[in-house]
Amino acid sequence: MSQTTAAPADKPWHEIVLATLKANDVKLIVYVPDRVLTRLIAALHADAFFTVFAATREEEAIGVISGAYMAGLRGAVLMQTSGFATLPNALASLVAPSQIPALLFVSERGTLGEFNLGQALVAKTMRPVLDALAIENHTITRHDELAFIVDRSIKQAYATQAPVVFILSPLLTGGKVFAA
Amino acid sequence: MSNAFHNLKVMSRLDLTRRAVALLKHDEAVIGGIGNANFDLWETGQRPQNFYMLGSMGLTIPIALGVAIAQPKRHVVALEGDGSLLMQLGCLTTVAMQAPKNLTMVVWDNGIYQITGSQPTASKSTADIVAIARGAGIANSAWAADEDEFEKLMVRALDGGGPSLIAARIDGEPGVGKTERDPVAIRASFMRGIAAKK
Repeated sequence: MSQTTAAPADKPWHEIVLATLKANDVKLIVYVPDRVLTRLIAALHADAFFTVFAATREEEAIGVISGAYMAGLRGAVLMQTSGFATLPNALASLVAPSQIPALLFVSERGTLGEFNLGQALVAKTMRPVLDALAIENHTITRHDELAFIVDRSIKQAYATQAPVVFILSPLLTGGKVFAA
Repeated sequence: MSNAFHNLKVMSRLDLTRRAVALLKHDEAVIGGIGNANFDLWETGQRPQNFYMLGSMGLTIPIALGVAIAQPKRHVVALEGDGSLLMQLGCLTTVAMQAPKNLTMVVWDNGIYQITGSQPTASKSTADIVAIARGAGIANSAWAADEDEFEKLMVRALDGGGPSLIAARIDGEPGVGKTERDPVAIRASFMRGIAAKK
C-alpha cells in the first residue's frame, strides 16, 4: 500500500479517488447513482480491480459493504446528499454500534448554487446527523488536499474500526448546475 | 381475494430454524435478521458462523449478499421475516442481478409484525413473497409446503446453483432465544467464525 503522497495536480478528482481506493485495497463499490459521480462510477466499472454495482437504496448498500467487511473484503458506498439522509438508522443501529469501518462518499448537493429547495433543506440534515453519531467526516473542497484526506482517513477507519464520510463539495467536483 | 399460498401448512419458526441449522455441514455463514429470526437462531446454539442483527431492519439480505460476494466459496444463509423484507424489497432485484451462487434467503412469513404487537403485514392478505421474489428475478423461489419440503428445498439451495429464496408460512409465536446485546462481540465472533479475523 502506498503512503500518503501529494495529489498529482494534473489528475482530475475522480481519478485520485479511484487510485486512493485501489492503493488501500478497497475493492467493493456499491452506489446509488448521482450525476456528479458519473465519471467516477464509469471509471470504477471499467477497472477490473473493482467489483461495482448499484443498490436500490443507500441503506441496502451499507448492508452489503458491512457484510463484505465482516467477511474480509473492503468496500465503499457512493451516494448524493439526499441519499445520505436515508441512512441514520443503518448508521446508528449497524455501522456505529458494530464498529464497522464503512467508507461513504457523498456528492454534496444543496449548497453553492443549488436550484432545488428540497435538496437545499435535506443537505442541512447531514452534518448534524454525523455529529450526533460522532462519525468522522471531512468536507473536501480542495483538489490538493483530496488524496491526503482520503488516504489517511481510510487507513484510520480500518485501524480504528470506525466509519468515515467524505463529503465531496462542489468546490472540488464542480457540482450540479442548473441548466437555465 | 384468496391466495393459494394461504393453504400452506403453518409451521414453527424455531423448529424450521433447527432443521435448517442441522443441514449446515460446511461452516456456512448464517445472518439472523432483526428480532425473532435471530432470537430463534440464537436458541439453536451459537455457531461461530452466525451473525445476529440487533438493528438495521431490512438489511439481513444485503448483509448476506456482502458476505457472499466477499467469500464466494462459503455458502451464506439469510433468515429474514416478512415485515423486514417488505421494508427492503429492492434488495431482491440486486441479488438477482448479482446472482451469487452461494446465497440462500429464507423468509419466515407469519403475516404479522409479531414483535410490535402483531399488526398485519401485506403478506397476510395480498402480497405473495415468492411471487415477488420471482418477479425480482430470483427464479429459484419457492414456498415450503411442509417441514419435509422445507428441508428438501434447503438441501437443494445449499448445493449452490444460484441464489435461492425459500418462504415458509409460520405461526405467530415470538422468538425464544435471548440474543446477547453486544454488537461488537457479535461482529468479532462472526469474523473469527468465518476466518476474516484472527
